[in-house]
Amino acid sequence: MHVMYFTEQPMSAYPADIGLEFGATALMFSNKYYDPVAGSRLYNEYLEQYIYAEEMGVEGFMLNEHHNAPFCMQAKCNIFAAILAAVTKKAKIVLLGNPLPLAENPVRLAEELAMIDMISRGRLVSGFVRGGGQEQLANGVSPAYNRERFEEAHDLVVAAWTRQGPFRWEGTHYQHRVVNPWAVPLQKPYPRVWIPGVLSKETIIWAAKQRYPYIALNTSIEATKSIWKLYDEVAREVGYEAGPQNRGYLQQVHVSDSEEKAEKNARQFLWMQGEFTGLAHPVWSNPAGYFSPEFRRQFVEFAVGRAESPRGRPTFEKQVADGRVIYGTPKTVIPKLRHVLEETRPSIYGLWGNDGNVSNEDARTCIRLLGQEVMPAMREYGKELGLTDPFEADAPVHLRYSKDIKQMPQAAE
Amino acid sequence: MAMGTDWTRREVEVAGGKLHVARAGSGRSVFVLHHDTGTPDQLEFYDALASRFDVIVPHHPGYGKSERPQWLRSVRDVAVIYQWLLSDLGIERASLVGLGFGGWIAAEMATMAPTALHRLVLVGAMGVKPPDGDILDQAIVSYLDYARAGFHDQAAFARIYGDVSTDQLVDWDICREMCFRIAWKPYMYSQTLPHLLGGVKAPALVVWGDNDNIVPRSAGELYAAALPKARFEIVRASGHCIDMEQPEALARLVSGFIAEN
Repeated sequence: MHVMYFTEQPMSAYPADIGLEFGATALMFSNKYYDPVAGSRLYNEYLEQYIYAEEMGVEGFMLNEHHNAPFCMQAKCNIFAAILAAVTKKAKIVLLGNPLPLAENPVRLAEELAMIDMISRGRLVSGFVRGGGQEQLANGVSPAYNRERFEEAHDLVVAAWTRQGPFRWEGTHYQHRVVNPWAVPLQKPYPRVWIPGVLSKETIIWAAKQRYPYIALNTSIEATKSIWKLYDEVAREVGYEAGPQNRGYLQQVHVSDSEEKAEKNARQFLWMQGEFTGLAHPVWSNPAGYFSPEFRRQFVEFAVGRAESPRGRPTFEKQVADGRVIYGTPKTVIPKLRHVLEETRPSIYGLWGNDGNVSNEDARTCIRLLGQEVMPAMREYGKELGLTDPFEADAPVHLRYSKDIKQMPQAAE
Repeated sequence: MAMGTDWTRREVEVAGGKLHVARAGSGRSVFVLHHDTGTPDQLEFYDALASRFDVIVPHHPGYGKSERPQWLRSVRDVAVIYQWLLSDLGIERASLVGLGFGGWIAAEMATMAPTALHRLVLVGAMGVKPPDGDILDQAIVSYLDYARAGFHDQAAFARIYGDVSTDQLVDWDICREMCFRIAWKPYMYSQTLPHLLGGVKAPALVVWGDNDNIVPRSAGELYAAALPKARFEIVRASGHCIDMEQPEALARLVSGFIAEN
């Protein structure tokens, strides 16, 4: 089982009251409220935390990327990936993920990722995402072509990694006369690709068709099971049996040395009014063309204030009751995580330990307890449940490298 | 208002896709190009024109009831589709009346076939970078706020759209998605169009609402300066959507202009 640590790297030193008054904190909330002195301090605290985490036995770091918002300081996940490639030795560097549609030049991305893979000596997991609605607007990219750009950029990055250069690419959204990067990944055929997501069916289907593990981001147990069900159906259609090695989960869990402190810090998971990506403006987070047509009616009503966000905004109490937010000492947390593992059976597990205004000291305590007590217990239990991760299983990096594809049974004539 | 104007509505195949085309009236052909927010089926402005001319109102490809061509990439593509439609309909010298976004399409059409049109009318037209100010960005405002921003008097908005239904919101979203497909950046204008307007031989009328919050008046002034035979008119007490807010005044101006020798 692969267990990894995650933090959004929150820009906690921003005036939350002004953000609340403004009504949204992603995209248009002025960066006049961004204090680079605090930013510098926070980046360095996070950096120290990763180094400390590896010392405490953490085996993987999940990194992400967002733009124009205080809830996440990683404006480029490749930057911290490169830093970790240099300052850590053993932990996997798991990008979940590079927002492919934001890249005007996917070949450049392929170069950067190859560099990270080589410098880290083959520890990169190169996940890809579509990027949030705000991300498209912040980067000047049309949301209407989001899915097409995602798929073509993915194909181009993989080609840059695996096809002998120089070659030419005349695609729909990307055209390159000379693809011949002098930076190719160390891992062969290429670094593993994991696909995180929440709602979108198209993403789940696409991931299953590639045979890329799907990482459910903090979804409820019921929703997670529906995701696996869909993934498994598609896997069967393309000829393989999906299982734990295709499944990952991200869990908000804060561990501390007392229940009271743990609860106090766990409430910080809702520091952005419970929005997954900060206090989101309904129009900016769901631009036209971005969401699946099946959600159109819901999103247009949400955009004009007539309906609740289809993503939902349950209270802290509800999220705790649903098992989406877990907190406590290792003694109380481990059984709760066991329960989620039993129910959802992923082999990849991200523990999102710290958010918002959790102090550096409390964050480090959480990291220590996760690394030394919680994660080892999870890995043990994962072994008991047979949750073999893609590394342990030597799973094919992509469907085309499979050795176990079954032909679909033909209907009787 | 012309009561009971007899509109025919049919699908016409152009460039591999079905275009929804409404038509009424007789006489000189007037090709009306709707806003970026689509168009209601019935408008006083359309009826008024149809009482004097043969009025054709297509839904832009991908908007309203017209099929979306997946390959469509620019407003210039739409203009070419419409030249194709006009030639299939056997119309040789139409007058073009472009409303807002439709004005950009009309201007592009005019530059493509400078002698093949009778008159060019641009009403609050997008298509050129305003020398002063920016065109309001749809991406930043809700469907409701954007539609409302096109009106000087919100009572006029209510007369047209009533209590906006979810179906209307869905239609606006589909239109907005098309705008993001073909007019994303530069947003709502062409960097090259101003250099091509000098070739338009037909007389042109550029009309602006005195309270247009969507396209700055400076864009209209640019159009009027660049088109060789242009006149600039202001309609009082109107926002961007003059056709919906001041239909009578606009119809009088436009009809008079098209009919004059």
